[in-house]
Amino acid sequence: MSEFLQQLLNGLSLGAIYALIALGYTMVYGVLRFINFAHSDVFMVGAFIGYYLGKLVPEGTLWGGLLVLSGAMIGCALLGMFIERVVYRPLRHGPTLNVLITAIGVSLLLEYTGQIVFGAAPRTFPQIFPTANYHVGSLTISSNQVFVIGVAILLMIALQLIVFKTKIGTAMRAVSLNPKAAQLVGVNNNVVISFTFGLGSALAAAGGILYAMNYPSIDPLMGVMPGLKAFVAAILGGIGNIPGAALGGLLLGTVETFIGGSQFSTYKDAIAFAILIVILLFKPAGLLGKFTIEKV
Amino acid sequence: MFYALRPFFVLALLALTFTHAAEEPIRIGEYASITGKEASLGQSSHNGTLMAIDDLNAAGGVLGRPLLLITEDTQSKPGESATAAKKLISRDKVVALLGEVASSRSLEAAPVAQLAKVPMISPASTNPKVTETGNYIFRTCFIDPFQGPVMARFAQEKLRAKRVALMVSNSSAYSIGLAKFFREAFTANGGTIVLEQKYAEGDKDFKAQLTAIKSAGVDAVFNPGYYNEGALIVLQARDLGLTLPIFGADSWEAEALIELGGKAIEGAYLCSHYSPADPSPRVQNFVQAYKKRFGSTPDSNASLGYDSVLVLVDAIKRAGSTDRTKIRDALAATKNFAAVTGNITIDAQRNASKNAVIIQVRNGKFKFVQSMTP
Repeated sequence: MSEFLQQLLNGLSLGAIYALIALGYTMVYGVLRFINFAHSDVFMVGAFIGYYLGKLVPEGTLWGGLLVLSGAMIGCALLGMFIERVVYRPLRHGPTLNVLITAIGVSLLLEYTGQIVFGAAPRTFPQIFPTANYHVGSLTISSNQVFVIGVAILLMIALQLIVFKTKIGTAMRAVSLNPKAAQLVGVNNNVVISFTFGLGSALAAAGGILYAMNYPSIDPLMGVMPGLKAFVAAILGGIGNIPGAALGGLLLGTVETFIGGSQFSTYKDAIAFAILIVILLFKPAGLLGKFTIEKV
Repeated sequence: MFYALRPFFVLALLALTFTHAAEEPIRIGEYASITGKEASLGQSSHNGTLMAIDDLNAAGGVLGRPLLLITEDTQSKPGESATAAKKLISRDKVVALLGEVASSRSLEAAPVAQLAKVPMISPASTNPKVTETGNYIFRTCFIDPFQGPVMARFAQEKLRAKRVALMVSNSSAYSIGLAKFFREAFTANGGTIVLEQKYAEGDKDFKAQLTAIKSAGVDAVFNPGYYNEGALIVLQARDLGLTLPIFGADSWEAEALIELGGKAIEGAYLCSHYSPADPSPRVQNFVQAYKKRFGSTPDSNASLGYDSVLVLVDAIKRAGSTDRTKIRDALAATKNFAAVTGNITIDAQRNASKNAVIIQVRNGKFKFVQSMTP
């Protein structure tokens, strides 16, 4: 039983990170109907901004950690908006496929620029937040795991509030529903799309920092696998659907962890992905894809 | 005036060309993981190789010719080594190949070298399959069938472990092979491998596997793998409250292991090909020269990289030519050659047999514990 709970906790903390990255994929898809493959590399840049900022603040303090976290989120939000402005906007009225290919190009550009700028060898991520281990019965809970789940939930609530309670959120939903009609009623599509990229990239940066806190070895290609998993999580939950992305991420992380802890650990990814295929066979729109009308 | 002197110019030019032709350097190809995941191992090996080449050139080269090292980076990626080997052989026309640290990548390049009949020396690949590729493939380190039993004996005698769990990377030939030889020796002496958990190179999350190990109730955990994953495994094990001994093998020996592992890695054991604490003058001279040049203590990959050049050049000297087949024959006949990591004799399977040393991480440093045979 305690092993089950421990694995559940491990799975949820991994899944929470997938969920944060998946949100960025799903938001951009909701607004622009294309998959931003460079998203997973913005995640990597977020971790590296955290790495450099982490050297400037004292290690293991709460305010220092929050400073690093917000610094990385702001940095990546700017990077996301910059990529959108320079690369995707000129292609917006072309076929979707062009933008998709370009996104892969931007992804590779970021990865290999990262190898030049940051170096290809893995770096050790500093301990930016104070850490401790708690023992509840035979269960061991690390403060990092609690922190990851907590921050992920807070950010998801904040996102939900932004999308449903603010003016810009309403505009995002309007653009998602019908960009031309939104423009006719006075929504500035460019501003909305920039904002969406900024928001998604900030979440990716948060995901990057949380990931690096739990697995403190970072390198320029670190985004590839989590990015792929988060992409699958977004599809599993129903792409374009915000709660769906969160659910998909948590589900994927948990399933992966349980299989990883069983005797089938060799086939960890294969089994996790096979389960996803089965789910998608029965619910092609993803878990929550059908039921929601609001798409962002 | 100019016209009068012209014959002398021509003569001087001719002389230059001739001396140049006489000193045409001997080209030696090296492929190493200078960047990427295993960069820490590859760079050490490369530094050692480079230093050996420069030392030999300073001493006048070999056969009256200087040595030229041509290096290709494999980026620690699968698929790059074969390309690098092909390029070095066909474009750079090297007389021999040196590389790699990782067995998986040596195994990629070995068939290329064998097919082209170019002698290849792997400085530190311990998987037995590497030299089984063919009669042109050699190595200057011990092999996993030697290292596995050493670690098994260490676990049983020193750690008093009866029940051990394994964390094996199923995408690395080195890890799978070493786990197999460890298991065979450990169970033959009455130990039990309680469970064997798998992961893939590049994985970051090991909590699932470690939680299962925690519930299984074992005495120790063996991770036959590389330092990157090794450090994260130890970190996460300690996070989960797993306090039992965790030990690795020769691919844990990198400064990055300590840097990544921090406090969690303290007390961990690993094995190595040599120890810089060895008082023999041969080792001490090497350690001093290396420290002076690179500012760090040479690890076993640096010394094995150094030795791979010495062994090759010794063979070239004995062959008396740069003919690839003659170099191969001379390499195969290497007997009791005094190198930094010990006296190297190349056996019938083209492996070097030497003692292993057990090392422990203490106060953020690799500390010599004891020398060990299976």
